[in-house]
Amino acid sequence: MAGFLLRRLANYAVLVVLAASLAYVLAACALNPRANLMDRSPRPSASVVETELTRLNLNDRTPLPRRYLTWADGVLHGDFGHTWEGQSVNGEMWRRAWVSLRLLLGGAVLGGVLGVLLGAFGAMRRDRFPDRAATFGSYLLLSVPVFVLAVLLQYTAERVNAMTGARLFAWVGESTPGAGDGTFGGLDAFADRVRHLLLPTLTIAFGQAALYARYQRGLMLDVLGADFVRTARAKGLTRRAALLRHGLRTALIPMTTYFSYTFGMLLLGSMFTEKIFGWHGMGEWLVDSISRGDVNVVAATACFAAVTVLLAGVCSDVLYGILDPRVRTRMR
Amino acid sequence: MNPHGIGMNVLEVRDLSVTYRPDVRAVRGVSLSVGRGQVLGVVGESGSGKTAVALAVLGLLPERTKVTGSVRLRGRELLDLSDGEMSRIRGKDLAMVFQDPLSSLTPVHAVGDQIAEAIRIHSGATRAAARARAVELLDLVGIPDAARRARAHPHEFSGGMRQRVMIAMAVANDPLAIVADEPTTALDVTLQAQVLDVLRTAGEAAGAAILMITHDLGMVAGFADRVLVMYAGRAVESGPVEDIYRRPRMPYTIGLLRSLPRLDGTSGRPVPIDGAPPPLNALPPGCPFTPRCPIASTACKDEEPQLLPVGRPGHAAACVNTPATRDSDAVFPLTAAPDLFTPDGPDVATRARTSREAVLDVKDLHRFHVEHRSPLGRGTGSLRAVDGVTFDIRAGETLGLVGESGCGKTTVLMEILAMTRPRHGGRIEVLGEDTADLNGAGRKALRRNVQVVFQDPFSSLDPRMRVSAILAEPLRTHGFPTEHIPDRVQELLKLVGLEPSHAGRHPHGLSGGQRQRVAIARALALEPSLILLDEPVASLDVSVQAGIIDLLEELRARLGLAYLFVAHDLAVVRRVADRIAVMHRGRIVEIGDVEHVYEAPAHPYTCALLDAVPIPDPVLERKRGRVRLPDVPPDAPRLENGCRFRQRCPRYLVLSEESRTLCDQEDPEFRAVAGEPDRMVACHYALGVSA
Repeated sequence: MAGFLLRRLANYAVLVVLAASLAYVLAACALNPRANLMDRSPRPSASVVETELTRLNLNDRTPLPRRYLTWADGVLHGDFGHTWEGQSVNGEMWRRAWVSLRLLLGGAVLGGVLGVLLGAFGAMRRDRFPDRAATFGSYLLLSVPVFVLAVLLQYTAERVNAMTGARLFAWVGESTPGAGDGTFGGLDAFADRVRHLLLPTLTIAFGQAALYARYQRGLMLDVLGADFVRTARAKGLTRRAALLRHGLRTALIPMTTYFSYTFGMLLLGSMFTEKIFGWHGMGEWLVDSISRGDVNVVAATACFAAVTVLLAGVCSDVLYGILDPRVRTRMR
Repeated sequence: MNPHGIGMNVLEVRDLSVTYRPDVRAVRGVSLSVGRGQVLGVVGESGSGKTAVALAVLGLLPERTKVTGSVRLRGRELLDLSDGEMSRIRGKDLAMVFQDPLSSLTPVHAVGDQIAEAIRIHSGATRAAARARAVELLDLVGIPDAARRARAHPHEFSGGMRQRVMIAMAVANDPLAIVADEPTTALDVTLQAQVLDVLRTAGEAAGAAILMITHDLGMVAGFADRVLVMYAGRAVESGPVEDIYRRPRMPYTIGLLRSLPRLDGTSGRPVPIDGAPPPLNALPPGCPFTPRCPIASTACKDEEPQLLPVGRPGHAAACVNTPATRDSDAVFPLTAAPDLFTPDGPDVATRARTSREAVLDVKDLHRFHVEHRSPLGRGTGSLRAVDGVTFDIRAGETLGLVGESGCGKTTVLMEILAMTRPRHGGRIEVLGEDTADLNGAGRKALRRNVQVVFQDPFSSLDPRMRVSAILAEPLRTHGFPTEHIPDRVQELLKLVGLEPSHAGRHPHGLSGGQRQRVAIARALALEPSLILLDEPVASLDVSVQAGIIDLLEELRARLGLAYLFVAHDLAVVRRVADRIAVMHRGRIVEIGDVEHVYEAPAHPYTCALLDAVPIPDPVLERKRGRVRLPDVPPDAPRLENGCRFRQRCPRYLVLSEESRTLCDQEDPEFRAVAGEPDRMVACHYALGVSA
């Protein structure tokens, strides 16, 4: 299996290099940092603009291959260049990646688990009321845009807060400044963070769960009438036990791929959630830097996305190997 | 011992009816009983309701299926029980073996764990104790190296071994009764008898009653004590196995027995039962067999006959006209092989074989499947699917290509159909043209002459096309004048014995036999000289098989066709083929005239294959001694030197050490059998070949 994974890793690495390079070239061609710089007030002089652009490796008068090589050389040495403000991209990227991860991990895992259970539950009660309700609910969630859902949740949370009179929910930023100064110190700070996490986590979990539930229901329906589930029942397992122990276990296998890749994409794709709840993560950064014409940041986020997809791919391969013995033999 | 158990049937089914939604009456009032240690065979064709009976007994029918009547296990009524209560009985007192061992085991759990699970559910044994017992059970069903194999997953087992695992699971808790639903249908003939032996031994060890559900009359003959024949959801005949086979009284049973192709050739030509079973959602009044019955009278249409005693004690048949069925020959008369070679037909068959033109000539064909890839994408290990196959087919001749699944039969067929230079070596000539030299146009032209009929007419016909469109398609593709196409379609339908009205139907509106006739008509559309038949009757019911085989024979005689008939059923091949080629692991081990090969097989593999075919006669079947071919698991090391067959060879086993070295070291070459032209065999110690 190690050999198989190394082979896959080599393939993925080639893809990452290609994707990152294409993203850089595209960003460098499409974005116009010069115009942004000229628009500043007071309007800087031409020579200042020129030196500033050259310093950041953003000068469109330098030939594109040269700029690309400079950038690629930096990346190979672990340096993604500087942002518009002159900060190092590396530091900011790590900080924001952690913010995104904190924001998303709970929601993604919760959404995945909920979705799988809901899908399996729906399939087992196919076409009865619980299944119809779950189907209706997930279609509703899928058709509501994230920002509408988030705003609805915020509105509900506000009502709940008002009714209970306590601040059960908070939804701006990651934490309230000074939360750790109370009687319980660190514990208070932690509780405050959890409070801030509740709503964004729910927002993400709902959307994800709806999606997973649809997939899992389909996969589960396939194994519902499978011969091996019938065998399991013939051994003396009840229908539910047979479906959970033999059916769900088998139907989960294709979900691992889906889960890994969705999580990889989620890291960048949650800009709405980040914007609405005031978290300064990767998604928000990408949107902001595109509007600013910050080529280095755009290229760095693209690189980050490519690497997350690579990691997701490796994760799904490993998970697949763990869950499915047939693949293990083939991987040898 | 339970005091109620003595003198009482273990499993007792009374007046069972099963109605699937919306209104398909799959089973209508079936009663049966099996005693301790007894085997009851339930025989019927597809749609007869036999599987519904099995599932109703186990309580495994789909939800919202209507079940009435009574199923009692040792006197305890099972139909009223909830799923929870039933699951305490299932797997403990009542076990089941299913048809398809490839899909009946959970792919992601080790087989030892799956057996251990069956033990732990019911006994609360510890994990370790259950595992140990699972290893014992695997050993009991004849899995070598059971301790190691218990940790393997189902995909590392061959089909026969998986079915053994299923049996081990079924007998794990010493059940009172075992329901086996077509347990050997998905297996090769060489394994069928062995798996049945395992089932019998395991059943005897547990003292269980066995309910054996099958469509295969030959298989039940040697296995069951009593037989119950089902038709259209009813039991139409039941009795001791000897009475059913020797003195059948219901016309349907007589027809079924008559339609079987037989190896021993004692009962003449198989006779088809015309027509198809009635639809189960709209049954006509009266006996459902009436439309197909050769002795039907007006009384048959009035009322459905009850199962009443007839003949010897214990024998019952549901027929109003039992006096007329006393003589089987009067119901379905046996016909001698008709003289198919009519004077106006091509006289190819009468000329000597070698003087006829070769329609297909395959020389030293190879085909490898790459199994592992190295990091650089190069193939490292390869499976020799076809490994030096040589044969020819002359005009008007049928070659039967037989062998177990995975021996490379279908790969040979696909290589011929590709009509290109064989990728891994060899040479294929069709009508004297080397396929390697063909260009696109030449290939298309040659394709007209080589057509194919596949095994499963359900999936080889486009469900969205009408029969007329299916038959017109090859004509249109090859530029047949458009205005003549409707006439040609009608002509083709007539040729294969279908009505002109069938042209407007979709494939799902036809029965299995009719669909296969459409597939044959499609192959005939371009007037080919060679038709490749890939198991053309394997997925059809026996009563329909005989009709399709008759059709194929008639067409061959009338149109001077040559067939390559790929099959696993040796009885069918004997019926159809002039010559037979036996394949084992990508090689032909014996080829020759059908009569000669069947009468005096020279290769030990041919002997074993012939030996494994069951005879539909309980007396003869029980008297036979069998040579058992060991099953080789898929992960067994491949033999690179010497004879490929020696791991399984019964003849190798009885050889002396020094005689064996020849088999170990030298690959046997094809050698002629003394006194027989065109008969070749690849064995160092073949019968009839001077060493």
